[in-house]
Parts: sequence; structure tokens; C-alpha cells
Amino acid sequence: MRMQLAHKMKIDEAKKYVAEKLNVTIEELCDVVTMTDVREELGIGLGHVEPCAEANIGMESKFRIAELLGIEINSVERFKERAGIK
Amino acid sequence: MQEKKYFTRMGDGSIVHMTEAEIREDMKAGMEDAVSRGKISPLTDEEFEHLYEIITMPGVIVGVEPGKQVVTTSDSGSDKINTKCGIPTDRAINAMLHERILGCDSVDIGYSDYNFKTVKGVAKREASVLKHALNRTTMPLFYGAMPNLGFYTKPDGPVDNWAVLLPEGKIKEAMAAQEEAVELAVKDILYVAEQMHDVGADGINLDTSGAAGDADFLVSLKATEQIKERFPDLHVEIGMAGEFVLGMHGKLKYDDVRLAGLYPHKQVKLAEKAGASIFGPVVNTNCNKSFPWNLARVCTFIKACTEVTEIPIHANAGMGVCGVPMCENLPTDAVSRVAKALIEICKIDGL
Repeated sequence: MRMQLAHKMKIDEAKKYVAEKLNVTIEELCDVVTMTDVREELGIGLGHVEPCAEANIGMESKFRIAELLGIEINSVERFKERAGIK
Repeated sequence: MQEKKYFTRMGDGSIVHMTEAEIREDMKAGMEDAVSRGKISPLTDEEFEHLYEIITMPGVIVGVEPGKQVVTTSDSGSDKINTKCGIPTDRAINAMLHERILGCDSVDIGYSDYNFKTVKGVAKREASVLKHALNRTTMPLFYGAMPNLGFYTKPDGPVDNWAVLLPEGKIKEAMAAQEEAVELAVKDILYVAEQMHDVGADGINLDTSGAAGDADFLVSLKATEQIKERFPDLHVEIGMAGEFVLGMHGKLKYDDVRLAGLYPHKQVKLAEKAGASIFGPVVNTNCNKSFPWNLARVCTFIKACTEVTEIPIHANAGMGVCGVPMCENLPTDAVSRVAKALIEICKIDGL
């Protein structure tokens, strides 16, 4: 979705780009079980959240997603500006 | 022995049982209607057969192969839990419900009176809701509303009402009123976009574009162009109101193309030119025709659109559009068949 918005990528190109960045296959990228592990390991957001170190969600996940995918996320950029870390 | 009949529906959602011959006849008629109206190519024999399989395959819910899933956007998504389900929750919470319970890939924060003219007066407050949601969610969030040009007419709005002027034969006055309204609407959308950009929105959703005709579609195109000029990192999705741009004005052009009468495969090229990241085409559901008639017609139109586009296509597949029946509580048999056909035959990028 973010690659469609930021770079107007069609779905196949966007999936390929993200799968390569996350080091998974396209089949795995669309798989809830695989991606739960990958998401937890990389701290990029989960559907179920319990307050432990690995269970990132929201802003902290978006910081990591921006870095992993090599894109800027507007809300992350605003957060940095307003927190004085940019 | 009685010929086998398949469970399917009419465009209004009511159940109907049809034989193979009846289904094929309706599919052919629906496809030919799209070919004739849009001046586009029909489905190939292989696509036609695949669509027949999708319509008649056993099971209530059908799906795509693993790995073929697509992403979703919405219109007034965050507000539907309140307005459609009567659940009194905050819209920032609704965004989290969409992300963590409904499994959506994005959602838009939108006001219950879903149009930019109304939002202009409360844009800062709307931006606060969006900011709360952006802090708590991981998926992309849009701010969404309709250009809804009709709201700019008297007595509620500032310009003369072209729907009153036209029957009186005041053609020039009606055209001038629409041109004036376009400029006002673009200005309002830009103002709202600025507030949403300020809190870090991922995108602006210009929903139900063209609802008031060609001037309404022109608003979306001009607003997109200006949003991208002023805020290059604020991305725009244009979702359409109907399959065909009504010529309420008749002479309006964008990029030297007359807007009146455009079908999705022509609309998308203008959305692309204006700078949109995602285009949401619509094909109207005909309540009096069968689901096979409607879906074959939809696939013919949407395939023509995806074949020419360079930007992602998120087909509008809600109530009464793209083959989804026109009823409040949507049957999953029809909705899942629509999704499968749009993905596998039309090669859409999202729903």
C-alpha cells in the first residue's frame, strides 16, 4: 500500500519490492503466519498487541517501516520535527 | 431430468436460480453492453470461461490463490462503524479497529457529513482526530471527503443552482455557475489538505468524484494537481461516483479532453495526468439485471481501464458498484466473486 502511494507501483511490483526488502517470498508476504513472525522480529507492527518489547505498533513501527522500505512516512517526519529529533 | 440451475442473484441482491445457458446468455449481453457503450474490446474466450467458472463455482465464499491478494482502501471508512452500525466510538479508535480487527490495509478518516465544503469549517478539529489515529496506527491513513459540487449552490451555497437554471433554459448561466463552483471547491479542498498535511496524513481521498457531473470531476483533477504542487509528499486517491461522467456542463475540459461522457479507461488517464497515486473506477450495478450480466459488464470495463493505466487501480466494490448488489447487507457469495473476478481477470491493484 505504501509503495503504491509513494511510488505509484502496481501491485505485483510493490509486492516484489517489499518481499525483497523483508527477505521473504511473495507467497510468504501474503501469509499471516509467516508475517506474524517477520513482523514481530522486525518490530513493524502486529494485529495483536501485548505490551512487550517485540510488539511494536503505531508510530514506533512506522519509524522502522520507513527505514526498511527506504521511504519517508509523513507522520514519522512530523513526529521527528515536533520531537526535536530532526 | 431437469437442467441444473445455479444459485446466483439479481443486481438488487435477490436470489435467482439460472441454468448454464441463461448465465452465459446474460454474461454475453452484459459484456456486449460494455463494449458498445465504452467502445472497448470484449473479454477473450479464456477470460469469459474463467468468469463463468467464478460465477458458478461451489461454495459461498470464493478466493484467490495464495500470493494473489491485493490491498484495500475505503471511503468514509472510519466513520461507518458509527454511522452505519450505530456504535458510538471515536474515529481514531475506529482506525485501530480497521487495522487490528478488520485487517484493512488503510482507512480514511472522514466527517459524517462527508464533503470538503462542510469539513472546511472544522478542518483543524478533523486534523486532530487524524493526528490521534496516525500516532496509534501502523497502516497508511487518508483524510477523505467528497468534492460534492452540489453543496455550492443556493440556497445553502454561494452560486446559482444549475439544476434550477437548466430547466429554465438558462444554459449560459448554468454553465457559469458550475465554473464558479469549481474554483470554490478546489480552494476548499486545498485548505483541508493543508491541515491534514500538517499532521502527517499519508494521503487525501477525493471520493465519489463526478457525482455532480463533469464540473465535479474537474474539481478532483484540479485539486489533485494543486495538492501535488504544494505538498508533493501528500498522495491522492481519486474514487469515482459512477461509470460515466455526466455532462451537466458539457464543455469542460482537462488537458484538452472533454470530460462529459468519459468512461473509466479514459477517466484514469486524466487522473494519472493530474498526479493521482491511485484511481478508483466505478461501474454501476443494474438492479434489474442478473449478477452474471453485471459482472461480465464490470470485467469488460475494468479490464479496459487496467490495460491502459500506469497508476494502481483500486476498483470500487461496495454496495451498488462493480457488480456488488445494491443492498445494505452485502452477500459474501457475490462480494467474494466480484473480488476474485476483478483480481484474476481485470488485474486490479486493490479494492
